[in-house]
Amino acid sequence: MTLTEPWRVLAFLVGIIAFVALNAAYLVWLERKVAGHIQGRIGPKEVGPFGLLQPLADGIKLMSKQLLVPKGVDPLLFKVAPLLVLVPAVMSFVTIPFGENLVARNIDIGLLMIFAFASVNVMGLLLGGWGSNNKYAVISAARAVSQNVAYEIPMLITVVTMIMLTSTMNLNEMVIQQGGGILNWHFFANPLMPFAFLIFFVCALAETNRAPFDLGEAESELIAGFHTEYSGMGFGVFFMGEYANIIIGCSLAVILFLGGWQSPFEFLSDQGLWGVFWFLAKVYFLIFCVMWIRWTYPRTTLWGLLNLSWKILIPISLLILLLTGAMIKVWPLITGAS
Amino acid sequence: MNDLARSPNQETFVLNLGPQHPATHGVLRVKLTMDGEYIVDAEPVLGYVHRMHEKMGENRTWVQFMPNTARLDYLGALSYNHGYVKVVEQAMGLEVPERAEYLRVITVELNRIASHLLWFGAFVLDLGGFTPLLYAFDDREHILDLLESVTGSRLTFCYYRFGGLCNDVDDDFLTGTRAFIKRLRKRLPDYHNLVTKNIILINRLKDVGVLSAEMCRKYGATGPVLRGSGVDYDVRKNEPYSVYPELDFEVPVYSEGDSMARYMVRMDEIDQCLRIVEQALDKLPEGPVMAEKVPKILKPAAGDYYGAVEAARGTFGIRIVSDGTNIPYRMKLRSPTFSNLSLYGEASRGLLLPDALALMGSLDLVIPEIDR
Amino acid sequence: MLSELKSEFASLAPLAVIETDYKVKGYHLDVEVGPDRVVDAAELLDRLGFFLEAITGVDWLGKNPVGNQPDPVSVNEQDPEAAEAEGEAGSDAPADKMEVVYDYNRTDGVLCRVVVRCRLDRAKPELPTVSRLIPGADWHERETHDFFGIIFTGHHDLSPLLLPEDADFHPLRKDFKA
Repeated sequence: MTLTEPWRVLAFLVGIIAFVALNAAYLVWLERKVAGHIQGRIGPKEVGPFGLLQPLADGIKLMSKQLLVPKGVDPLLFKVAPLLVLVPAVMSFVTIPFGENLVARNIDIGLLMIFAFASVNVMGLLLGGWGSNNKYAVISAARAVSQNVAYEIPMLITVVTMIMLTSTMNLNEMVIQQGGGILNWHFFANPLMPFAFLIFFVCALAETNRAPFDLGEAESELIAGFHTEYSGMGFGVFFMGEYANIIIGCSLAVILFLGGWQSPFEFLSDQGLWGVFWFLAKVYFLIFCVMWIRWTYPRTTLWGLLNLSWKILIPISLLILLLTGAMIKVWPLITGAS
Repeated sequence: MNDLARSPNQETFVLNLGPQHPATHGVLRVKLTMDGEYIVDAEPVLGYVHRMHEKMGENRTWVQFMPNTARLDYLGALSYNHGYVKVVEQAMGLEVPERAEYLRVITVELNRIASHLLWFGAFVLDLGGFTPLLYAFDDREHILDLLESVTGSRLTFCYYRFGGLCNDVDDDFLTGTRAFIKRLRKRLPDYHNLVTKNIILINRLKDVGVLSAEMCRKYGATGPVLRGSGVDYDVRKNEPYSVYPELDFEVPVYSEGDSMARYMVRMDEIDQCLRIVEQALDKLPEGPVMAEKVPKILKPAAGDYYGAVEAARGTFGIRIVSDGTNIPYRMKLRSPTFSNLSLYGEASRGLLLPDALALMGSLDLVIPEIDR
Repeated sequence: MLSELKSEFASLAPLAVIETDYKVKGYHLDVEVGPDRVVDAAELLDRLGFFLEAITGVDWLGKNPVGNQPDPVSVNEQDPEAAEAEGEAGSDAPADKMEVVYDYNRTDGVLCRVVVRCRLDRAKPELPTVSRLIPGADWHERETHDFFGIIFTGHHDLSPLLLPEDADFHPLRKDFKA
């Protein structure tokens, strides 16, 4: 399957945008169903079978609402901010390998590119909060920035560990290295990796502003945080961006630690669409965990959050980095000598 | 870390928390002067649902005022019913049949459990945990169904009468209540596993918003707020009324004074309420539920009378002044959260915004009761 | 407790100190003081470990204040009509009064409720604040000012608490018409 360049770009654009939009819509549906079952109720059920058309109805409602631009806001920043959240998230999908050959651009520095885009995301929150000219939004924006700064560090240290281990930044390459069953996944590469995975996962939760780290939009404190003043699709785009970021975070965790599109057992195929199946199955499992956590735990405070990052996660992730480095250099010496 | 907040040398700003805000549970407004996320000064602004019940009391007969008492604290309305009938019976010298007193205790304690359950859910919601709210509402629903079957209403009860109750309970209520006790006893450990032992919750509540016993005394705080500061004071024990002296229960007291202590007091109180209800059901005597010889038109002797009961949020006091006619001359409603909230300005000084909201949640505010 | 209190109160030159029947009245000691002694009474009770449960007012427009008759028990047990008649008979040309009532209580297990009342001239209802001594009195005094127009001199802020912020009326005065 080879496409010429313009078609390839077009296919990517259509495919990814459809994927993000569909996922955002149906992850909301899933979230509501999961929350419902966790809380001993049913969740949406009126619109369509099992409430499956609910996201469509929500989408129509959001789109038909007026886009209010309140007095006193900075109109440019106010309008640009939602896009600054959504666009980088969509762009990040460029290098995500959904299957062995299903990747829009298999570039060698894919991992770096995703993190470059991910750091734009926080700009969107900051500008949205600042541009809204609302005190709650400004507090929320300040929180979001300090949170993102604090959690990008342990996350990147963990990623550096993974780059050392795999000696590549090409995501597809990383996945291919993990072929041959569940035991070859980086999660089991050495005893430190489960901890690295946990740190990465916690950081991903914090980076995407998900509970218990959803301080930016702590509704009992800050109403709706940075998107307090947004209505209709302004809010809708923030929302899509949030879910797109969750998918990116979980996809990266799957690619780095859980074997990407590789099947867990060798006798199960991971060719063609099977690869996509395994990849999505793992991603959705992690997303389910994210929801599970959200509907179980109360929210931390900013203090607790920053303490967790600076006092616990960063030292541990540095330790993992050092030990992994030592292992990579020392282990071959020992095994080579014996 | 609070030095900055105590002596603000940087620019401060005013944040209007409410009157529409998810954390104030109603229309309370708090004017916060903030330095960053630190609170320099907090000034609650009341009166958004002020209905002047005290004036209404001066314009209707003693009996007609009954339903008003349920509209103060709509979450624990029966305690307010009880306070009112108690003080009028005291003024009139009315004897209440024993069965009626036992049923009053049963229903009032069920109502207290319902109130604490709702508080539990709403408090954890304030802290960002959504799920416990629905669990608590599920249990509360059972209580409301039980109370509805005897009182006819689910929230603004008007069940007691001067000298007894408006109607007797049936067997369904008694068996239903026993079943509910069993159910809640099974579910409470789940609540503790899910919420009380949660490390995030403990970190958020421990040593946050500490109120000293002396501060509570100066502000007249009562109820779980006072008991969370180590003062063993409960009107049901200290000033026994109804049939409480015949029932065996404990008053949970925690001396830490932080939000966690207030949380634990209420959670333990649910347990104790279950004990009270269970014993009262066992001891429930047969007999009438309404005293004979209650005059059709009540005219308490001229003078003033004071009665207090332990409502879910603290001491509900009611002072009636009678001029000997069938219409009250003056009716003073002393609501517990009015006093409990009055310490908020001092207690929240220097706290971070989320901690101040945790403190506010732990005071268990019901706004219509503050505003009256 | 009660006798100790009574002797302590004696030093405040009270207008009346009456032991009441708790079973009927709901409080143990009924003290009436002049406006100049309200703060002293608060200080005394605060020192003895009491807390202020509530402050309220009563408007006695065209009536003789009732509340602390010498023997409320006997009055109550008789038929109420007679008690009323008795109250009427004892009155001669009442000068309109405004009453402020302070309810004190304790939390240390000793059951003792004390009512301190102070009757003011209705035309000029002014008395000193106790909120400097007992911070909890702040809101109660503001509320009483809202409802009765009683002025607590020295109070830091008597702006309406429960009434609208521009309210210039006092709804619990008996001559208030909505």
